[in-house]
Amino acid sequence: MSATPTPPSEEELPTPAVQNRHWIPRLVWVVPVVAAVIGISLLIRNWQNTGPRITISFLSGEGVQVGKTLVKYRDVAVGRVSAVALSADHQTVVVSADLSKDAASLLKADTQFWIVRPRIGVGSVSGLDTLLSGVYIGMKTGTAALRERHFVGLEDPPALSHGPRGRELQLHAPRAGSLAIGAPVYFRQFQVGRVIDENLLPDGSTRVTVFVDAPYDGFVKPVTRFWNASGIDVKLGADGLNVQTESLAAVLAGGLAFDDGPTEIVPVAAGILGDFTLYKNETEAMAPPDGDPHYVRMRFSQALRGLDVGAPVEFVGVNIGSVVAVDLGYEPRDKSFPVIVTAKLYPRRMGQAYEALAAQGKTESVETLAAFVGTLVNRGLRAQPRSASLLTGKLYIALDFLPASPRTAFDASIRPLELPTVNGTFQDLEASVGRLVAKVNDLPLEQIAADLHTDLTDLHETLSELHTRVLPNAVDTLSALHGTLDSVDRILDVESPLQRGLTETLSESRSTLQAVRELADYLDRHPDALLRGRRPQKIPQKPAPSSSDAKP
Amino acid sequence: MTPLKQSLELGLVLCRTCGLAVSLASLGIERRCPRCRSRIEQRTPFSTEMTLAWLIAGIVFYIPANLLPVMHTSGLLGEADSTILGGILEFWRAGDWDIALLIFIASVAVPFTKFIAIGLLLLTVRKKSRWEQHQRTVLYRIVEFIGYWSMLDVIVVALTSALMQFQVLGAAEPRAGIAFFCAVVVVTMLSALSFDPRLIWDRRV
Repeated sequence: MSATPTPPSEEELPTPAVQNRHWIPRLVWVVPVVAAVIGISLLIRNWQNTGPRITISFLSGEGVQVGKTLVKYRDVAVGRVSAVALSADHQTVVVSADLSKDAASLLKADTQFWIVRPRIGVGSVSGLDTLLSGVYIGMKTGTAALRERHFVGLEDPPALSHGPRGRELQLHAPRAGSLAIGAPVYFRQFQVGRVIDENLLPDGSTRVTVFVDAPYDGFVKPVTRFWNASGIDVKLGADGLNVQTESLAAVLAGGLAFDDGPTEIVPVAAGILGDFTLYKNETEAMAPPDGDPHYVRMRFSQALRGLDVGAPVEFVGVNIGSVVAVDLGYEPRDKSFPVIVTAKLYPRRMGQAYEALAAQGKTESVETLAAFVGTLVNRGLRAQPRSASLLTGKLYIALDFLPASPRTAFDASIRPLELPTVNGTFQDLEASVGRLVAKVNDLPLEQIAADLHTDLTDLHETLSELHTRVLPNAVDTLSALHGTLDSVDRILDVESPLQRGLTETLSESRSTLQAVRELADYLDRHPDALLRGRRPQKIPQKPAPSSSDAKP
Repeated sequence: MTPLKQSLELGLVLCRTCGLAVSLASLGIERRCPRCRSRIEQRTPFSTEMTLAWLIAGIVFYIPANLLPVMHTSGLLGEADSTILGGILEFWRAGDWDIALLIFIASVAVPFTKFIAIGLLLLTVRKKSRWEQHQRTVLYRIVEFIGYWSMLDVIVVALTSALMQFQVLGAAEPRAGIAFFCAVVVVTMLSALSFDPRLIWDRRV
């Protein structure tokens, strides 16, 4: 401890120079100011980044989690679900989401929202990532000028979520077939687009909206024909079996195909480019346009079992229409029930004949056409049901010239036109087949069977007798024959006494014959020798060559 | 009760560093402790001002510390940002009430206690109040002591971020909130440090 020095008097002390260093403590105020600046800047940034809050109503909020489920546009998160609540009437789920500021411009009146869940279809598998990450809300911006904050969500994702470049086309068909949204569209078996929508129009027909992707939309021309490529097309033609399909996916999920139609045919009603007719199959699509059908009615006085709606109507063998209705009529005059068949005919299917007729002005109106049909009827045109196939018993209507048929009056003023008919020949055929069957029935089949049975029994007995008696005897006979043949063999052997004796006998007889010939020669030259006896010989004779024609 | 004599009246001053009582007269112009050579002041200059400044900074930092997420976790089952209060609620709902309570005390209760305690001390000192001077000194000691326990959250986030790095399977990253929280802890500790407890005992002249 230091000793305290005696304090000097205040007068002696120099005034200490007090350094005023107040600024250092003042500096500490910078800290809260900085803190406040940081806080406020954060606040401003937050406020700037805060985008709009939107509400989307869905039928079900399955998988949507507050604070976790994202709103994604082109697979990029642009917002997050902030609340899920039931609507006031408890019918829908109202999902509130906070979007980022830059997503605000995507909110149009027709912007679409949908919940992305894993979907496994025949044509495609989508949303598999949501299996692990949970669902998210997909978004597709619209084109409307109006802004909107409240939306009604789609229950199914739209087929086109990101507005790729290409062209949207409307196809019209009486029925859509088995087409699903997302079904592929093929051009020469190359997938170039897909079905994005299907609508049932108020008139009952269907409208299929397809999207053809950008580089390929140039293939869609006014002459393009669209057809339903679903399923497998199996044709058995003169050139063999022909199986045609676009792809396996199209077989399962359905699909469309298009190609250029016959170019020489100018489309009848091209309409707005973008509206096309959807044909049932390629054959129909590539056929020349049918034009408007004409309806005709035919009365047949015979049963037409096997004539279906859709059965073809053929004119001189060319299919020019189909049956649309088969009704039962009543004729009060003779209290009969004629079958009334209504058919639609496409005169254009007559091809060059139609063109020739059109050139003559015969197709200008229904009246001229009716008059023309009248002349044809006078020449013997009749409708006749004919059997298309003996196996199936199906009928078709043939329009043919039968000059032998009785003349009938043709009333050209009736609408629809009524064609005179003759009964089909298929019933004659049926009758003859029936007679044949009756004859077969009349055959005494049971009698024949009984006789046959007796005969067979006899045969059996005979055979068993043969087996038990004849065959053992035959064996004995054969062995005896074998012994005989052995003896013959021995006899014929070169060394056998018989053979030798025979050889000797033969040489004996040869020398005998030679002697006889010499005698004959001598007698020939000296006939007198018979009387005078043999004269002595001057020149010795050589023996002549042996001959068998020696006379005794 | 006769009031105790104050050091000023006795001409003494205490070194806050080594606790040496120094005669005021023996101090030179340098005003340094003869034992530890640290500066000796009768009262820390601008103590209340600095304490208040640090305190305000702490309160300001406390707002983003709670609003901003402190940690970002991502994994197979999605990703999430968690705030301090959100984390406490999550633990509480999951049934881990003990962990929830611990985090609540360390991250919410302690900073709040400090704000209120320091604010109270500043207010009473300014008024030179003679109310519960002993208790207030104890309060100051407590505030000084519990200050660094608030770093618990910071350490948790630091450890989790360092250990949980499994790429796709799971990863945790710190977020801005924890920096603000750390700032709150540091700033309030500085605030408590700036406070001169001797002011509690100053009476009105």
